This record gives sequence, C-alpha cells and structure tokens, in this order.
Amino acid sequence: MDEPVDPFVAPAGQAELVAALKAGDEAAFAGLVDELGPSMLRVARMYVSTRAVAEEVVQETWLAVLTGIDRFEGRSSLKTWVFRILANRAKTRGEREGRTLPFSSIAGSEGEGDTRSVDHDRFLADGHWGSPPTGWAELPEARLVGKETIEVVQAAIEALPETQRAVITMRDVDGWSSEEVRNVLGLSESNQRVLLHRARSKVRRAIEAYLEDER
Amino acid sequence: MTASIWQRIRGGRQPGLTCAELVELVTDYLEGALSPSEHARVERHLGACENCMRYVEEMRTTIALVGRIEEDDLSAEAKSELLAAFRGWARG
Repeated sequence: MDEPVDPFVAPAGQAELVAALKAGDEAAFAGLVDELGPSMLRVARMYVSTRAVAEEVVQETWLAVLTGIDRFEGRSSLKTWVFRILANRAKTRGEREGRTLPFSSIAGSEGEGDTRSVDHDRFLADGHWGSPPTGWAELPEARLVGKETIEVVQAAIEALPETQRAVITMRDVDGWSSEEVRNVLGLSESNQRVLLHRARSKVRRAIEAYLEDER
Repeated sequence: MTASIWQRIRGGRQPGLTCAELVELVTDYLEGALSPSEHARVERHLGACENCMRYVEEMRTTIALVGRIEEDDLSAEAKSELLAAFRGWARG
C-alpha cells in the first residue's frame, strides 16, 4: 500500500509526441524541455552540489533521452521515463561528488530539530491557542499577494531542506499530483505528506512573521 | 450534575482534538488522507473553533501564494545548446 506506484498511464497524445520527436520536430522537443525543465532541475539539485552541475545533469539526461527514444516503448509515460533517467544520472554524479544521498534521512527530519508546525509557546497548557492566528482575510489584496510577500515565500522555500523544497515546488508550484511526486522521488505516501506538511507549515510561518511585522 | 456535563466528561466516543493537535493534521485533512472518523473529528473541531478555522484558511492562502513564485528554469544558454544538439541528432 505504501509503495510508490506508477500512476502514469501514457497520457493522451503521447504517441504523437514521441513520433514528433523521432521525426526531428524541434518545436515538440523545445516544448517538452520547457514543460519538464524546472522540475528536472529541482530533482537534480537534490543529488548534486550546485545549480550548474544540476543543469549539466538535465542536459545529459535529454541527450540520453534522444539516444534511447527508439527503445522507448510507450508502456509507461514519457515523463516517468525521463525522470528515471534523470534520477539515475543525478545519483551517479552525486556519488562521484561524494554527496550522501538525500533519502537516507528522508524518513527522519533531515537533521531538523523541532518539527512542530507552530511554536509550542503559542498554545496554552491544555493545547488550545494562547496566541491564535490573526487571519489574513482582512488584509488588502494588493499587499497579501504583493511582490514582497512573494519574495518572502520564495526565500522561505529556498531555506527548506532539499527534499521538502522538491516536494512543495512540484506539488504547489508545478501542480503535480501526490502520486507523480511519489513516483519520481521514490517516496511512500506518508513520507510525501509529512514532507509537504513541514514545508507548507514553515512557509506559512514565514508569511505570518512578515505580515505581523508590518502591521 | 446535568446530563450535558456528563456528556462532556465522557466526551462522546472519542475525546475532542486540541488546537495543538489540529495544526499537525491540516495537510492530511486538506489531502483527504484522514479516515472518515478522523475527518469528522477535525470538522467538529473546526466547526467550534474560529482560531483553527483561521489557521486552516492561512494554510490554504499559503498554498495559493506558493503557486505564484517564479520557477527556476534552465538558462537560455543551456536551452539553446540542447536545441542545437537536437538538430544534430535529428540530422542523424
């Protein structure tokens, strides 16, 4: 039950896309690179030390995809296949760099201390709010979704451990399903959710700190 | 003692959630990962607790705000190298 599954039944239009790639359709290739590039970069970053190396791994992956496309049988999704190649290459590269693999610590807390979503001292001894959230519904829209708030969100995500960052961006920025994220990152259902919860909770805290500060 | 106090002491079949417990269940709740009885406990708490309701709203807003950040994409240079490689590959 708690194993990663392959939910990628080949999506509609995939056979046409693969045929277009094989036929040398550059626009089809460019579209795919644009669509998958950001997520690929993020997954690669979990294994290697720098963004530059991650970018190289993404490039190598695409070259491997082109070299191997004739062997791709279309039984799984192209996306899954591309990300498997990516993960293997990134892992190999990371090992060569002497990096420890991120998933050894995934079930734990990635070296975090307190993993509570909200500061403990905001609750009374009986577990009810002592210092409750004030809510953001009454803030002017322009301020809540303003450039500065988005920068705070961005910085909070940058500060997350790699795997949490990968999960929250794939889910909440790229709009992947939990099954897709689990499959690509090789996570159990519960681990995926724990990582997402920690990531979202920390980002909420950062937004709250910023908004309260300005009040 | 009135019947209602007795009811409260017994707490029905399950004790109510505290707010500190609820904030740790928000993602499971929003992801639909709770069992029907756990889900009902969370909803009961939210129905009676404005503070936690506000907390859940803040989490929903957080998710929406995360959706607005700029993506880190491949550099233009890396992309044009890839397209050049593709053209070379397509020519065989």
